[in-house]
Amino acid sequence: MAEVILNGVSKAFGATRAVRDVTLTIPDGAFVVLLGPTGAGKTTVLRLISGLEQADTGDILIGGRSVVRDTPAQRDVAMVFQQYSLYPHLTVRDNLAFPLRSPILKTPEEQITRKVREVAEVLHIAHKLDNKATALSGGEMQRVSIGRALVRSPQIYLMDEPLSSLDAKLRADLRIELKRIQADLGATLLYVTHDQIEAMTMATHVGVLDQGRLVQFGTPREIYESPVSSYVASRLGLPRINLLPAGLFGGAPSGARTIGMRPEHVAQGEGKPAEVIRVERLGDQTRLHLRLEGHDIVTLTEVHTSYEPGDTVAIQPRAALYFDAAGARIG
Amino acid sequence: MSSYSITEPSARQKWIAGTLVILYALITMIPLVWILLTGFKSPADAISYPPKVVFEPTLEGYVNLFTTRTRQTPEFLAANPPQTWADEIVRQYDMVIAGPSKFGERFLNSVIIGFGSTFLSIVLGTLAAYAFSRFKIPLKDDLLFFILSTRMMPPIAVAIPIFLMYRQLGLSDTHLGMILLYTAVNISLAVWLLKGFIDEIPREYEEAALIDGYTRFQAFVKVVLPQAATGIASTAIFCLIFAWNEYAFAVLLTTGTAQTAPPFIPTIIGVGGLDWPAIAAAATLFLLPVMIFTILLRKHLLRGITFGAVRK
Amino acid sequence: MAEIVIKDLRKDFGDFTAVQASSFKIEDGEFFMLLGPSGCGKTTTLRMIAGLELPTSGEIWIDGEEVSQKPASARDIAFVFQMFALYPHMNVRKNISYPLVSQGMPRARVREKVAEVARILGIEDILDRPVGGLSGGDRQRVALGRAIVRDPKAFMMDEPLGALDAEFREHMAEELRALHDRMGATTVYVTHDQLEAMQMGDKIVVMNHGVIEQFGTPQDIYDKPATLFVADFIGSPAMNFLKFTGQVEAGAVEVAMHRHRFMIPEMREAFDGDMVFGVRPEHVRLSDAGDFRGEIVASEYLGTTQIVTLKTPGGRLKARIPSDQVARTGETVALGFDPATVTLFDSQSGRALRSDLNEGVLGHG
Repeated sequence: MAEVILNGVSKAFGATRAVRDVTLTIPDGAFVVLLGPTGAGKTTVLRLISGLEQADTGDILIGGRSVVRDTPAQRDVAMVFQQYSLYPHLTVRDNLAFPLRSPILKTPEEQITRKVREVAEVLHIAHKLDNKATALSGGEMQRVSIGRALVRSPQIYLMDEPLSSLDAKLRADLRIELKRIQADLGATLLYVTHDQIEAMTMATHVGVLDQGRLVQFGTPREIYESPVSSYVASRLGLPRINLLPAGLFGGAPSGARTIGMRPEHVAQGEGKPAEVIRVERLGDQTRLHLRLEGHDIVTLTEVHTSYEPGDTVAIQPRAALYFDAAGARIG
Repeated sequence: MSSYSITEPSARQKWIAGTLVILYALITMIPLVWILLTGFKSPADAISYPPKVVFEPTLEGYVNLFTTRTRQTPEFLAANPPQTWADEIVRQYDMVIAGPSKFGERFLNSVIIGFGSTFLSIVLGTLAAYAFSRFKIPLKDDLLFFILSTRMMPPIAVAIPIFLMYRQLGLSDTHLGMILLYTAVNISLAVWLLKGFIDEIPREYEEAALIDGYTRFQAFVKVVLPQAATGIASTAIFCLIFAWNEYAFAVLLTTGTAQTAPPFIPTIIGVGGLDWPAIAAAATLFLLPVMIFTILLRKHLLRGITFGAVRK
Repeated sequence: MAEIVIKDLRKDFGDFTAVQASSFKIEDGEFFMLLGPSGCGKTTTLRMIAGLELPTSGEIWIDGEEVSQKPASARDIAFVFQMFALYPHMNVRKNISYPLVSQGMPRARVREKVAEVARILGIEDILDRPVGGLSGGDRQRVALGRAIVRDPKAFMMDEPLGALDAEFREHMAEELRALHDRMGATTVYVTHDQLEAMQMGDKIVVMNHGVIEQFGTPQDIYDKPATLFVADFIGSPAMNFLKFTGQVEAGAVEVAMHRHRFMIPEMREAFDGDMVFGVRPEHVRLSDAGDFRGEIVASEYLGTTQIVTLKTPGGRLKARIPSDQVARTGETVALGFDPATVTLFDSQSGRALRSDLNEGVLGHG
C-alpha cells in the first residue's frame, strides 16, 4: 500500500473542465471518500489516477513515484467500477482469478486457487464460485466485483460508487464490511460516491468536489461541523441544511447573506412563529416541514409529536452557520 | 371465471398465431421439399404430368451428378458385368461410368471460397469495427459512410473494371481472387453490423482488464471477443450466404480451376435433354452447408438478428 | 376521486399464487403505499386494481362500483410506469394533451387543461420543447402531467422513482407528495423502498410472499410491527433481534433473557418457547454501569447521530446514539433498552406477541 499524491491536476474534455487544479494527498492506509453530485469530477479523478485518462496538467505520484507516463497496468492500482465489470462469459471463480492471470502478475495456479478461496470467504460468496457471473443477484455481483480488486495487493484501491446499484439493506451491510476489510488490510482506498451516508460512515477523510474543484478536505466530523461554504454544508446532513436569508431572525454577523440551519440548529418553543405544513413520520425520526415568511424549513421533532399541519410553532436559530454572498463561511 | 393476464395473449390468440406460423412454414418449404424429392426421382418421373408425389425412389440423379457416362455396345456390356450399385443404375440406359464428374471439385471450390471469404470478412470486420467503436479516428463518420456507400450499388455494376483488373493481376479464375472479391463486398456489411454489437459491450469491461494488467489486444481477445460472439455468428451467416450463393461474378471470373458450384450447376443441363434429378440433387447438396452452418450457430442467431430490439 | 376497497383478492399464475386473499381499504384522497421486496405480489396487486391483470377471485370496488372483471379502459384510472413512456416525436404540450385530444375534447378546453396541469407541475416553461432533450426529472413531470390531465378517479404508480438516481429520487419524492397534497387524488403507489413508503405514505400495506403482513399508518407499522418480517423490513438500520428461549405470562412486565431481566410492555398473552426480543437501534442506550454488556465493534458517524455496532451475549446489535457521545471500537459498555418500545415475537411463526404496546394494532391483520 502507498501514499498517493495529486499535484495541481487538471483535465478537460473539450470545453468541459472536468477536473480543475486538484491537489490532494491520500495518506497510506487512509479511506478517502470523494463526495459530490453527478458531474463534479469524482469519477474523472479516479480515472486519472488509474491511468484510464491522461491528465492535461499536474503530477500524480503513487508511493513517491510519478506515474503520469505509465499505462494503467504499470501503475499497479485496482479499480471497482459502478457496474459492468464482471465478465458475463466467465464463472465467478474465473472472474476473481482474472487479474491474477494477467501477464503482469502471472500468478501460479495453486496460489490463485488459494487467494480466490480466501477472498470468496471474506465476501461470503464461496458457495457461488462455480456459478456463471450472470447467475448472481445484484449484491453478489457487486461483492464479486469488489473481490476482483481484493485478490490483488495493489498500491491503492479505487472504487467508483460500488454500492450505488444495491438496495438499502445490502448497502448498509457492505458499508460495514468494506470498512472492516480496509482496516484489516491497512489498505489505501479512494472511494467515490454521491451518497453522503457512505461518505460519513466509512471515510477517514472526505474530499468535497464542486465542478471539478476540491473545495474541502477533512474528517467527516470536520466537514459536517465546520463546512467552508454553503455548498459543502448542503452536501452533508439529512434532512439537508436549511439555507435562509441571514436577516430572517436577526443577530447575523455583518456581511452575512445566508444563515444555514441544520435541523439541530432550529430551537423550538421560542422565536418566530412558523406554520406546520407537513409532519413526516419516518419511524425513528419525525420531520416537521415548516413555513416561515414564505421560506420552507425542515427540522426534526419528538418522534410521537402531536403537531398537525396548520399548527404554529415558534422557532429560532441555535449555533447556526453564516455564509457571505459568495457562499463562503463567516466566523 | 378463468383468470388471465390482459397483457399476455390468450389461448385462442396463441392458437391462431401458431396456425399462421405453421402455414407460412409449409408454404415456404414446399419448393425445397420438391427439390429434395426430385433428386430421388427417375428422369421420367421428374417430368411426368400430373406431377408424381408417390414414386419409386432412385439414386440415379446423384449418380449422374457425380459421374460422366458413355454409351457402349451390347457386346462390351455383356463382357463387363456391373461392379457396383452405381454401375447397375446406368446399365439400364446401356451406359457405363467413365469417370467422376467435375461437381466434387466445384463444390470444394465453393466451400474454400465461401468459408475463406467469410473468415476473412469476419477477422477484418471485427478489428475494424472495434477500432471504429473504441478509438477516436479522424473523419470517423465519413469513413463509416464511405464504407457503407460501397453497398449502395449492385456489386455487379463494377464487373467490367474488376474483370480487367483481375486479368492484369492474374487473379482471374483463382481461389484467392474470388476470396478477396467476396470479402471486399461483404466487409462493409460486416463492419456495420459488428460495430453495432461492439458498441453495446460496455467499455468498462476492457478498462477493468487494462487496470488488471492486460494489454489492449489481450483485453480485446479475452473480454470483447467472447461477448461479441453472438454478433460475430450472425454476421458470419450473412457473409456466408452471400458468398455461397453469388452467381454473376462467379460466371464472369471463373471458368475452370476456381469455378464455384452456382455457375456449374446449370451446365449439368447438357447432353441428352434435361437431367432434372441431377440438377435437383446438386441443388440439395448445395443447400446443405449453409443449413448446417446456420443450425450450428442458431442459438446465437436468434438474438443476433433481433439485436437492438432485445437489450440486456 | 374515489375510495378503493379490495376484498379477498387472489391471483394465481398456474401453480404459483402471486397474491392470496388480500383485503384492505384505501380511503378517498389517500396516498397509499404497497410495500414489499421484489416478488411479494405488490405489483400484481396494483395491476389488478388498474385492470391490467384480472384476479383469480375476489372483489375490487372503485368509487362504489365492483370492477374486478372490467377492462382497464372502463375503470377511469391513470397508470404511471417506472419507465416514463413519452411519445418521442411530440413536444411536451402534445404529450400532455394527447389523452384529451384522443377523447375528442374541444381544443380551447384542452389548452386550458394543459395550462392548468403545467402550472401545478411547474413545467410551463418547457411546454413547447421536444421531449428528447429533457432531464430525467422533467420527463417524469411530463409523464405525471399526462396522468393528471385526465382527472382520473385514482392514480396507480409502479415505482415511478425507481429509475432516478438516489439524490434526485428524494427530491422528486417530496415533490410528488406535495403535488398529492395540493390535488388530494387517491393514489396507490408501489415501492420496495421502505424509506420512500414511510416518507410519502398516509397508509402502508406491507406484503411478503403474496400475503399482507401488516396494514396501517407508517408510525404504527414502525413502532408496533405485527411480524418479524415487518420489523426487519421497516427501518434503517433494522430492528435488533435477540433470540432467546424462555417464557412470559399474560400481565408480565419483565422477561428473563440470557440470565438478565428486562422490562417490557405489559403482556396480553402468555408464551413459552423460542422467542425474539425486538428493539429498535434508537431505543438502545449505552452507559458505563450495568450488567448486560457488549463490545463495540464498529461505529458509523452520521452527523447528529452515530450507529454503533455491538457484540453481546444475545448476538450483534446496533444502537443509534448522539454523535457527541464517545463510543470507541473495542470498548465494552453496558446496554439498556427503552422498555415501552420492546416487542416480543414468536420465533417460529414470526408473529408479534400481544402486549400493551401493540394491542390496538394487531387484529387489523
